[in-house]
Formats: sequence, C-alpha cells, structure tokens
Amino acid sequence: MAITLHRFANPGQFLRLSGRILPYLAVAGVVLTLVGLGWGLFFAPADYQQGDAVRIIYIHVPAAWLASGGYFGLALCSLLSLVWRHPLADLAAVEIGPVGAGCTALCLATGSLWGRPMWGTWWVWDARLTSMLVLLFLYLGHIALVRAFDSPERGYRAGAILALIGVVDLPVIKFSVEWWNTLHQPASIKFTSAPTVFSGMLWPLLISILGFSLGFAAIVVARLRAAVMERRTRGLLLARAQEAA
Amino acid sequence: MTHLPFILASYGLAAAMILAFALSAWRRAGLAKRRLAAVDPRGRDA
Repeated sequence: MAITLHRFANPGQFLRLSGRILPYLAVAGVVLTLVGLGWGLFFAPADYQQGDAVRIIYIHVPAAWLASGGYFGLALCSLLSLVWRHPLADLAAVEIGPVGAGCTALCLATGSLWGRPMWGTWWVWDARLTSMLVLLFLYLGHIALVRAFDSPERGYRAGAILALIGVVDLPVIKFSVEWWNTLHQPASIKFTSAPTVFSGMLWPLLISILGFSLGFAAIVVARLRAAVMERRTRGLLLARAQEAA
Repeated sequence: MTHLPFILASYGLAAAMILAFALSAWRRAGLAKRRLAAVDPRGRDA
C-alpha cells in the first residue's frame, strides 16, 4: 500500500495529473452547484411548515457535509504523513484546513440564519451546534499549529497529531442528534434507510452536495498545486544559495 | 417568498466564501507557476 501511495506522491507526477483533471473538476463543480442552488432557490417547493426558509438547506447541508468530510480528509492526510511519510500528505492537510474551516463557519452561519426564524434564536448550546463549533476550533487550531514552528516539519507533525486526536469529534457530530435531546432535527438522509425528504427537495439537495464537493476538491487541488510549486521554488533557490556559498 | 432576508444572507455568504476561496487559489497558483518558471524553465509546463 505504501509503495502504491508513494508512486502517486511524486510532485512532478502530481502536477501533471492535477493539471489535467483540475479544469474538469472546477467546471463540473461550478455547473452542478449552480444547477443545485438555482433549482433549490427557484423551483423546489417551499416547506409546509417552514415556508421558504427551508431553501437554506441547499447551502447548509452541503456546507455541513464538507465540514465533516474535509476534516476526515485532513485526518487521513495526517495519518498518511505520520505513518507512511507521504511527501504530499503534509501539504494536503495544510491546504484542506482553511477551506474546511470556511465550510464549517458557513454551516454555523447558515444554521444560525435558519434557526432564527424557525427556533426563535440565533444560537443554542445544543449538542449538534456545540460539536460543530468544536470542529471549527479544531480547524483553527490546526491552521495555527502548523504555522507555529520555525521548522515546517515540526509544525506538520504537531498539526497531524492534533488532527488525529480531533477526529473523535466527527462521530459526536454525527450521532449528537441521537445520543442527546437536541433542538436540531435528526438526519433526513441516511445510508441505511430511505430519505425522509420529499423528492422535489431531495434532488436539488443531492446535486448541490455533489457540486459543493467537486468545488471543494477543485479548490483544494488548486491550492495544493500552488503549494507544491512554492516548495519546489524554495528548494531550488536554497540549492542555488548553497552552491554559491 | 417568506424569510427573504435570511435566505439572501445565506446564499450571499455562500457565494462570497466560494468566490473568495476560488479567486485566491487561482491567483496563488498563477503566481507560484510564474515564480517557478522564473527559477526553473522546466517548471513552465506544470
């Protein structure tokens, strides 16, 4: 497994491969996001109880999905970095961090904007909301920690350990609505049973989730390409300086 | 449409965040590519 992973970790090979797939990823992400959000905003039915406020779901759920999914990706990269010393895993973890934090902040903000008219409050210290806030702090902690050391390698190592410890928050987020009495509603889409969402709302939601996911991947790949090129430039300049000295 | 300010704020925030991340990634990748090409001409095809 380690050999296979390292074969795809060559920075030159990554730049060539990512340069080919990035345009398709970005275009598919933009098109599907626009279709999903346009459908959800203008054509999907309003909810019989919530009215049009339910249209916030087409932003809130994809953002929540990517907040948790992004952190899982960050933790996976941290594991690859700590165990197999994968050369791109450190950079990938660093580049996922800010994008995942943005999605988590968006999820919390849209949840608040949805909660105010439905629950009558912007915020409650509910298990789901609080565990999501903890996830935002984990992202922010990771972002700060990887930049807190003079040696990048030490920063990557410390960030990877924090990411792996923080992964325990993911099942807490997922099951918080079942383990505790919460104001937040239970999951409407599950892998183990049929969705409880009306199909006229489900399809734009699924398209929006797919579009956001592809867009997230495109942004992370673009950031990772930049990071690889920046590292290569620094390495070349350092080698020249050492030769000249 | 009911609750319009809340809906507009949500979609506006999402659009602003997506645009900010996409533009910064695009700009950073372009800058990194030009800098690498200046240091190593073989990096031009990256």
